[in-house]
Amino acid sequence: MKELTIISGKGGTGKTSITAAFASLAKSKVMADCDVDAADLHLILKPEIKYREKFYGGRIAYINKDQCTECDKCREVCQFDAISEDYIVDPISCEGCSVCVHFCPVNAIDFTEHLNGEWFISETRFGPLVHAKLGVAEENSGKLVSLVRQQAKLLAEEKKLDFVIIDGAPGVGCPVISSITGADAVLVVTEPTLSGFHDLKRVVQLSYGHFHIPTFVCVNKYDLNIDISDKIEKFCQIENIDFVGKIIYDKIVTQAMVQGKSIIEFSDGAVAKDITNIWKNMGFN
Amino acid sequence: MTNIMINKSLKIAIASGKGGTGKTTIAVNLAKSLGENVQLLDCDVEEPNSHIFLHPVISQVEDVNVSIPDVDLSKCTFCGKCQEICQFNAIVVIKNNVLVFPELCHSCAGCWLVCPENCIAQKERVVGVTEEGGNSDVKFVDGRLDIGEVMSPPIIRAVKDRTANSMIVIIDAPPGTSCPVIEAVRGSDFVILVTEPTPFGLHDLVLAVEVVRALGISFGVVINRSDIGDNKVREYCDSENIQILLEIPNDRKIAEAYSRGKIIIDIYPEYRKRFLDLYEKIESMVTV
Repeated sequence: MKELTIISGKGGTGKTSITAAFASLAKSKVMADCDVDAADLHLILKPEIKYREKFYGGRIAYINKDQCTECDKCREVCQFDAISEDYIVDPISCEGCSVCVHFCPVNAIDFTEHLNGEWFISETRFGPLVHAKLGVAEENSGKLVSLVRQQAKLLAEEKKLDFVIIDGAPGVGCPVISSITGADAVLVVTEPTLSGFHDLKRVVQLSYGHFHIPTFVCVNKYDLNIDISDKIEKFCQIENIDFVGKIIYDKIVTQAMVQGKSIIEFSDGAVAKDITNIWKNMGFN
Repeated sequence: MTNIMINKSLKIAIASGKGGTGKTTIAVNLAKSLGENVQLLDCDVEEPNSHIFLHPVISQVEDVNVSIPDVDLSKCTFCGKCQEICQFNAIVVIKNNVLVFPELCHSCAGCWLVCPENCIAQKERVVGVTEEGGNSDVKFVDGRLDIGEVMSPPIIRAVKDRTANSMIVIIDAPPGTSCPVIEAVRGSDFVILVTEPTPFGLHDLVLAVEVVRALGISFGVVINRSDIGDNKVREYCDSENIQILLEIPNDRKIAEAYSRGKIIIDIYPEYRKRFLDLYEKIESMVTV
């Protein structure tokens, strides 16, 4: 069983559309959506939820007013300015560190389990999907990502499937790191813009330079700027990263999305061919 | 240079939920259109891009530090209290040793406050930088999270600590709906949510609206590539009474210019007025 994570550095380069296309192309797999704070893969995969579980990612402090003596110790020790002058904890600012709870001299602070979100195992027309919804303005997206990955892996092992295909998050921080550490391969989807190229370099430095994960790169909408697209390809050669293909810019991708279909289901045109080649070039067939 | 009356120096954050909808485009075009007395803070510290379009001269680069524990083993009794209070598994006591995992540490101060032997000091650890500078018109700050670091909020806070007084401040926020976005938009007078009229754009806009509402900040929507996809973003905004502040059509020339680091008002100077109108509209919506 192999785990492939699709990331991008820069947002909006086409990760999810390409992941959905892979859902059409890969035969034996579990899909996982690890972009838990703005998960979109389900809009194409249209999952039927079979199992759901609440996600408690951490705890937060709660001050019992009737026990509080307003000694101010909690405000003194809190490093996150999470406690107001009238001793109310702001759940958005609370980091869940328990320091105020520990130092309250009258034990007036509860440390309660905090509901951060929910995760799901679903059936789709492409096979199983593990996905999640992080509550709005919540923390711990990294923990939720790890959980989704772990569940997807268990499912793949249990059903003896070949792949776990993971839709990752933009950026290079917490959720991205959680979605790639220990993966067998990473595919970076970039675009031929100065921003896309800049962000690609950072994310490759993370996946390949820092974590030494085999990293593939593809360029979406390559014909928007062929010059930069070529530069990206050269960069990959120099850095010894597998450049696995480029995808032509076509409005059909948006049309497929509006219809709730993967581009492979929707059309057999140039975009579908380009993505099929990328899938083949990664050598997973 | 500006030909509108700026009545208020607002702090405007530009956010989106979904990535790649055009946050940076709106941020830099708005900043350049206003032209003076403007500061742009790029708070997308994982992948900062505003500098590509603004070409600022960076005059100051500073490390961003976080505090982590530094254990003096000669005084340590290995009582385990530090491990007990740490909620992030960042400090572990094993027999006659104490292991610190710096990447996991949230700098909550629990371990050094709780240590009965006072043998834990704080030590600074670099997690990224802020870069400050500008060009003839726009003042500029951005932050950069070091590669391999997990937590961006300390960098975002460091960027925002450089907020200029009595200037219009434009904040380019990261995508998503979790802690980094909250850190970036918190304290703003207004949030512009940039979206595109597609199912993904709408889905993530709805989440972003929930975030901004939870924070209690007034907001409006800019629809980028407004003629692709479908009409559901507009229908949603209508039903929720959310004002659509500006629509920018899909234009290959804009996309190609963007790819080369050029902004809309470079190729279509007439757009400058539309961005100034955008600012005026926001001014009228904010009661400071």
